Amino acid sequence: MENERYNLNKELAQMLKGGVIMDVTTPEQAVIAQEAGACAVMALERIPADIRAAGGVARMSDPKMIKEIQNAVSIPVMAKCRIGHFAEAQILEAIEIDYIDESEVLSPADDVYHIDKTKFKVPFVCGAKDLGEALRRISEGASMIRTKGEPGTGDIVQAVRHMRKMNKEIARLTSMREDELFNAAKELGAPYELVRYVHENGRLPVVNFAAGGVATPADAALMMQLGAEGVFVGSGIFESGNPQKRAASIVKAVTNYNDSKLLAELSEDLGEAMVGINEQEIELLMSIRGESGER
Amino acid sequence: MKIAVLAVQGAFAEHEKMLSDLGADSIEIRKKSDLEQDFDGLILPGGESTVMGKLIRELDIFEGLRGRIENGMPTLGTCAGLILMAEKIAGGESPHLATLPVTVKRNAYGRQLGSFTTKADVSGIGRLQLTFIRAPYVESVGKGVDVIATAGGKIVGVKYKNQIGVAFHPEVTKNTALHEYFLKMCLSIC
Repeated sequence: MENERYNLNKELAQMLKGGVIMDVTTPEQAVIAQEAGACAVMALERIPADIRAAGGVARMSDPKMIKEIQNAVSIPVMAKCRIGHFAEAQILEAIEIDYIDESEVLSPADDVYHIDKTKFKVPFVCGAKDLGEALRRISEGASMIRTKGEPGTGDIVQAVRHMRKMNKEIARLTSMREDELFNAAKELGAPYELVRYVHENGRLPVVNFAAGGVATPADAALMMQLGAEGVFVGSGIFESGNPQKRAASIVKAVTNYNDSKLLAELSEDLGEAMVGINEQEIELLMSIRGESGER
Repeated sequence: MKIAVLAVQGAFAEHEKMLSDLGADSIEIRKKSDLEQDFDGLILPGGESTVMGKLIRELDIFEGLRGRIENGMPTLGTCAGLILMAEKIAGGESPHLATLPVTVKRNAYGRQLGSFTTKADVSGIGRLQLTFIRAPYVESVGKGVDVIATAGGKIVGVKYKNQIGVAFHPEVTKNTALHEYFLKMCLSIC
């Protein structure tokens, strides 16, 4: 029975593939996102760029605000809880959220342990910088993975780095002899069964999206061509000059990520992109949250 | 045998895998020019119907799809695919291709916590494990529509002329029976 629930949760992520999940902070933004073609929305009080700007402790959003967003749209609604904060996750499950993002965008609540996600009926998505991190989250019960990237920066370099690293490690596992997998599991810090799955199937056992720093249709196409199965866009949309148009263009770019002629049309006249911060200028690295001290 | 799979969003790769396991070729429909190819059947996959409905219009695929279905192209719609085909969507939302005379109710079992699996008989196919993910069901059917599956007293599978619409997801299971049935239908029509 528990296994059945986990399968259903992985399968919901499969239905989101080829789509764009957008951060929204109000019911009005949620409606704009749905009309622009979002396959799901992430309800949060402040987008990552504003969390960066405001500083302080970032927590789970007010359930009332999340419920208002749930009532405003018909697509799945996700929400974030702090890493390790299982009580926040319990609250999100109580309001029947469709997916919980145990997210490094919020301030971590536990510097050692992530949530035991096998204890929940609702699905979880977690961020990862590499294969070992992804498989550890999956072993804890995550039914979807996304790159961490560097949220709220509008800079795609970290998401690219994380996706390439994961791909490289997956390719390495698939080329190994079976008797080498035990040691590979040790090196990756991941359960042998999951390592074996990747060796046999050449992919993660769950859907893998790109996230963190996607700001343009070209960014989205880049991540899809690198093997992402869909894209999260956080600050990139509602921090930009023309959110509706940019959102709709990113949605189409994800569908036709190999069609450079269409991508050129989609990139035209989108108004101002979010300002963005370069890697060297970042004061707070969100992507190292959750696992900096783990290994 | 070549089957076109609508690939603008959703679980289209799962259908392609199932087709290839059964020895059928597939092509992906992502833009208008993709419809210029010849194919013997059409699959509208699961995903988000709002997204697919918008993209088929904006990518100019809408009329091409509707025309083919109305001209007798064997078509299988699963979950969101069924919603795309339905003539009416309960609650007043505008319909999409509107080729199948049924009324569907979206998210009829609630949010993700309402997703479930169950076993049920599907006419002409047999007993199947059915997977429902934020699924719709069929509220009512028009003239000439055969109900091929019910679960918990609700209509979850219909057949009308060249069209099969189901509220569940055969593509995420290991059972290829519904796809085999669909391919036989493609063979007999083309």
